[in-house]
Amino acid sequence: MIDNQEAVRVIDANRGDGVIIATMNANNVHFGLPTVTTKEQLDMPVSGAMGKASNVGLGLALAQPDRKVIVLDGDGSLLMNLGAMVTLANKTPKNLCHMVFDNGVYAVTGGQPVPGSGKADWEGMAKSAGYAATFSFDNLEDLSTGIGEVMSAEGPVFVHLRVKPEIENTPVQFRQRSSRTIHVAIRDMPGVLASD
Amino acid sequence: MTTHEVVLHPASVVEELKKNNISHVVWLPDSETNFMYQLLTSEPTIDLVPVCREGETMAIAAGLWVGGKRPIVLIQNTGIFESGDSIRGLGLDINQPLVMLVGYRGWTRRGVTTDSAAVFIEHILHTWGINYYLIETDEDADRISVAIEEADRTQKPVAVLVGTEFGV
Repeated sequence: MIDNQEAVRVIDANRGDGVIIATMNANNVHFGLPTVTTKEQLDMPVSGAMGKASNVGLGLALAQPDRKVIVLDGDGSLLMNLGAMVTLANKTPKNLCHMVFDNGVYAVTGGQPVPGSGKADWEGMAKSAGYAATFSFDNLEDLSTGIGEVMSAEGPVFVHLRVKPEIENTPVQFRQRSSRTIHVAIRDMPGVLASD
Repeated sequence: MTTHEVVLHPASVVEELKKNNISHVVWLPDSETNFMYQLLTSEPTIDLVPVCREGETMAIAAGLWVGGKRPIVLIQNTGIFESGDSIRGLGLDINQPLVMLVGYRGWTRRGVTTDSAAVFIEHILHTWGINYYLIETDEDADRISVAIEEADRTQKPVAVLVGTEFGV
């Protein structure tokens, strides 16, 4: 299994000028945005709506077809909104890479297993939904070796990452929060995209 | 005495969208707005983004908006109930100037409204503090422009309830 922040580090090193849109778990400082990423101005944590990171990513990818959009999703999050995979693949955004961090649990609520943990075939679901390319990695070495092919593949691309659970037991209001919020990202991102 | 054709034509709605440079319609078809489909798919200036569940529409619209486009959402009132967390988190919380065209299932000016989709929808919008306009005929269609202007000015979601079935 891959350490969450190590995965984010590898992705960040290969993002180019791509926007990273991360699921609500990214609101926790331990996720790695922006503590291990290097282009904070292009990081967009989506903390506001459960399971909707890939929808936001689809919208941005359609609006900015010449820019890579990388969605960092969670297995529990995506399970809340599985139809989004079909919605996304249907619009065939060539610039969109949808990565699912599969830790098998609801990490932010204390580590309860998600339905289908260890049974659901994420890569198989993505193929069936119509993604143009799919990948699966369960160790850092393979991810580091394969990330170049992932980033150069024509989208929509789906990547399944088997990651270690990092359980949060602290009530939401007492958690250490990332400095990069959705509000800051939405305020600044249009200007950043226009100036690049 | 002249007779008035009391109907809302899709062309009137699409004209309002074009007038306001709407770039994308993010939607899930419903019985109140199904006649829009043919016209929207043949309109070259508007990209149609179909979804599997209504709660996706506000999130896709948020991404389009951040990316510099002008989307609008088109769903049924039943979909508003389904979309609560998206409207809260990716509409109200982020100050998205989101216009939601909403098929008003169950709407009637006569008798007793029995459809709970109609009974509750305006209460829900009031609860969220989301302003809304009702359109029933071609004469009302310019309220779409009013809603778009209001959303842009206030940076808040605004709803347009479509209270009649479209003409062809």
